[in-house]
Amino acid sequence: MNELRCKVLVIGGGPGGYVAAIRAGQLGLDTILVEADRLGGTCLNVGCIPSKALIHAAGAAHGLREPRALNAIGLSIGPPKLDFARTIAWKDSIVTRLTTGVGVLLKKAKVRTLLGTATIIDGKTAIVRADTGETRIQAEHLILATGSEPVELPALKFGGDILSSTDALALTEVPGSFAVVGAGYIGMELGIAFAKLGAKVTIVEALPKILPLYDAELTQPVVRRLADLGVDTLLGAKATTHSNGALKVVGADGKVQSIAADKVLVAVGRRAHVSGFGLATLDLTMSGAFVRIDETCATSMRNVWAIGDVTGEPMLAHRAMAQGEMVAEIIAGERRAFDPVAIPAICFTDPEIVAVGLSPAAARAAHGEIRVGHFPFRANGRAMTLQDDDGFVRVVARADNHVVLGVQAVGAAVSELSAAFALALEMGARLEDIAFTIHAHPTLSEAFHESALTALGQPLHI
Amino acid sequence: MGVRSIKMPDVGEGVAEAEIVEWAVKVGDLVHEDQVVAAVMTDKATVEIPTPVAGSVLALGGAVGDVLAVGAELIRIDAPGMPDALLPTASKSRAQPQEPPPAPSADLKPAEPAPPPPEPQRAAPRPLGTHAGAPRPAGEKPLAAPAVRLKAREAGVDLRFVRGSGPAGRITHPDLDAHVARPPEPSKSAGRAPNEAIETIKVVGMRRRIAENMAESARRIAHFSYVEEVDVTALEELRASLNARATEERPKLTLLPFLILGIVKAVGEFPQINAHFDDDNAVITRFGAVHVGVATQTPNGLMVPVVRHAETLGLHECASEMRRVSEAARQAVAARDELSGSTITLTSLGSLGGIVSTPIINRPEVAIVGVNKIVVKPVWRDGAFVPRKVMNLSSSFDHRVVDGYDAATFIQRLRTLIEQPATLFIEA
Repeated sequence: MNELRCKVLVIGGGPGGYVAAIRAGQLGLDTILVEADRLGGTCLNVGCIPSKALIHAAGAAHGLREPRALNAIGLSIGPPKLDFARTIAWKDSIVTRLTTGVGVLLKKAKVRTLLGTATIIDGKTAIVRADTGETRIQAEHLILATGSEPVELPALKFGGDILSSTDALALTEVPGSFAVVGAGYIGMELGIAFAKLGAKVTIVEALPKILPLYDAELTQPVVRRLADLGVDTLLGAKATTHSNGALKVVGADGKVQSIAADKVLVAVGRRAHVSGFGLATLDLTMSGAFVRIDETCATSMRNVWAIGDVTGEPMLAHRAMAQGEMVAEIIAGERRAFDPVAIPAICFTDPEIVAVGLSPAAARAAHGEIRVGHFPFRANGRAMTLQDDDGFVRVVARADNHVVLGVQAVGAAVSELSAAFALALEMGARLEDIAFTIHAHPTLSEAFHESALTALGQPLHI
Repeated sequence: MGVRSIKMPDVGEGVAEAEIVEWAVKVGDLVHEDQVVAAVMTDKATVEIPTPVAGSVLALGGAVGDVLAVGAELIRIDAPGMPDALLPTASKSRAQPQEPPPAPSADLKPAEPAPPPPEPQRAAPRPLGTHAGAPRPAGEKPLAAPAVRLKAREAGVDLRFVRGSGPAGRITHPDLDAHVARPPEPSKSAGRAPNEAIETIKVVGMRRRIAENMAESARRIAHFSYVEEVDVTALEELRASLNARATEERPKLTLLPFLILGIVKAVGEFPQINAHFDDDNAVITRFGAVHVGVATQTPNGLMVPVVRHAETLGLHECASEMRRVSEAARQAVAARDELSGSTITLTSLGSLGGIVSTPIINRPEVAIVGVNKIVVKPVWRDGAFVPRKVMNLSSSFDHRVVDGYDAATFIQRLRTLIEQPATLFIEA
C-alpha cells in the first residue's frame, strides 16, 4: 500500500471540495483531493451545468417550434429538426471542458488529485481504493465535501424508466411523455426543459403549490408559463406506482388517475452523502441527517471540517464554494467565518426566479414594519425588446431605516440580476443606495432601480 | 401676586442650623398647602418641612448639603391671592427688606438656573471617537460590507462592539479603523464585559455628619487600642439560664447589658475613663453619671443612641432602655438627648464581631470599648486543655489624657467582672 502524507485531505471533488483544494494549494498547503467519480461533482457533471445546457437547448428548440415570437419579429422558418443525441453530446462537451479545467486548476495549485473511493480510518487517516491499488493518506486536516445524492421513493426506485436527475440529463432521446414527481426547482427546471423539447410533461407535487419554497407571487408567472407550454400540474397529489408507460397518481380528492409517462423523473429532494466512506467511525455530531458545523465549518472533531451539501441546506454550489475557500484560509491560519447576509437562490425555470434575502413575509416576521417595492417587466423597455416581459423585481426593506432585507425577481434572464441583489444585501444597502445608483438603460436591471424607487414612493415609469 | 418666603424653622431645642438633605420640589413646581417641600437634618434628627401656603416655587434657599441657619430663607413661593412677602416665621413687617441671612451659604439662589438635581450622576460611556454613530438596538446584527467584515475578522474585532457612522448605522472602514486605533481597554476575563459604571453620590446628611465626626476624632485624638481576651464561659452560662426563663416583661438578654453593668462598675474605680476632653479649652470633665453610648447600625448609617444614667439601672432595665433607644435611632425618631451626651461608648458588631477591631473614639469621650465575637477555644486550665468560650475586648483610648497603664488596668478590672459575673451584681 502506498503511503502519502499531506497537510490537507479533501474528500470530494465537487464545487466545495475542489475550491477548498485549489485555495489550500494556492496558500502553500500540501493538499490531496480524493474524488470517487469525476472532478466537478454533482454540479459540473450531473447538476447545475448540464441542466443549464439542456435548458438552453430546450429554449432554442422551443423558440423554433413555437414560432409566434419569431414571426412577430418577421422571421419565418421551416419545421426544426432536433438531433437530441447531438444535444447531449454538446452538453457533455461543456461538462468535459469544465471538469478538465478543474483538473488543470488543481494541478496549477499543486494539489495532488487521487481518483478512487476514500474510506476514513480516523480523523487524520483515510485509505483510497482505486483500480491501481490502495493508498493510505495521513493528513493534519480533513475536509469532508462528499455532497449529496437524490432521494428515491420506495415505490419508485431509480432504474429503468424511473429517473433521477442524473439519469434525466443522460437521456439519449426525448421521451414522448414525461412525468416529474416533485415540483421543487430541479423537477421544475427539467420538466419545463423536456416540455420545450417536445415531451408531454405532467408534474406531480404532494404539496398544494409548485416551488413550495417561494411565495405565490413569485411563482405565478411560472404557473402561467406551464399552462402555455401545455404542462399539466397535479398538486396535492401522490405518485404511487409506474408500469407500462403509465404512472398511477392519487389526487388531492383521493381519486386515482393514470397518467402517460414513458419516463418518470423523481426529484423529491436530496440527502447528504454521509455513508459508505467510513464517516461513522468519526462519530461526528450530526444535525439531523447532516454533519453539524459551526460558523467556521468546523465539525465536532478538531481539524475535521465539512462543507457543502453534506452540511445541509441550502444545498447550493456557491455556498459550498464559499465555505471551501474559507476553510482553506482558516487552515492556512487566517481568521475567517461564514457570515454572509444572504445566499442567493435561483430557479432556472421559465421564467427564471431569483431570491436573495428575506421574503416580505419573513421580513415582516423578523423586523415588523417593512416597505415593499415592486416593478413589473411589462413597464421595462428592454424586456419588451427581448419579447419576454412577464415577471417583476421586488425589493423588501425595513420601514424604519430603509435597509434592504431581500430582493426577489421573476422573469426572463433575471438570474444575472442576482449579482446586483446579493451585492446590495452584503453592502448593507438602503433603498436610497439603489435609487441613487444610475442603472444603465435599456436593461432589465432598471427594474431593480425602479423597485427601490417604488418602495420609496417615487416610481418614475409606473 | 403674593410672594411668600418660608424660613428655616427652629426644629429642635438649641438647634442653630440645619442641613438641607433633600428637596421634594424644584423651581417652577406647583405646591399645595402642607405639602412637604424639603427635609432638613439637625444633629441626628431629620425633619420634613411643609409649606404653609399653596403656589408655585420661585426659588430654593440652597442646594442639598447646604447648611442654613434657623430663620434663613428656605424656599420662596409665589402664592396667588396672598399678601406679598408675608413671612410666616419672621417679622410681620411687609415693607422691611429681608434680614441678611445669619449663616453662610444661605444666600437665596436666583430662580434660574435651578439647583442641580440631587440624583446620582452616572459617568457617560467612553466616547468612541469621531466615527461613533448611534448605538444599535439590542440584538440587531451589525451592518457592514463584506470587506469591512473581513478586515474586522482579521483584526480580531467583533463588529457587534463597533458603532457605525454610515447610513442606518452601517459600519464603514473609518469606523473600524477608529475602533482599532482606540486606546486599549483594561484586560478582562473572557465573556465578562468591563463594568464602566461610575456612581457619584453626594455625601450629605447623616453620612456627612458621620464622615466629619470620624475624621475629626481620628485627626484630633491620639488613639491607642488595647485588646484583651476574656473568658465568658461563666457569663454565657448565666445568660443562658436567665434567657431560659425569659418572659415578655423580661425578654432574652444579649451580652451588651452585662457589659454595660461591667463598665458602670469599672469606671467607678477609673473616673478618668468616663470623661470628656474638651481639647479646644484643655478641660477634662469627669462624670459621676455613666451615660453609655451604644454604637448602632441604622438605615441612615452609624448612630450612637445613649443609655442614660446606666449607673441607676438594673440588668433588665438596662437591656430594655438599650432596646428602646436603639429602636428609636433605627426608626429615626430618637430625641436629641437620646442621641447625645454619652460619656463612654460601647461598640459591638454582634456575631460579625471579628477577632480584633480598632474602634474610633466618640469625641469628646476618651474611651470606647469594642466587643468581638465569642469563640470556643481550647484553654489550658488545671493541667489540661478545656473548651472555653472566649471573647476579645478591643478598646481604644485617648492617649492624650488616658495613660496606657490606667487603660490596661481598667480593662483588666472589666475582665475580672465579666469572668466572674456574680461580682457584677454585688454592691461595691
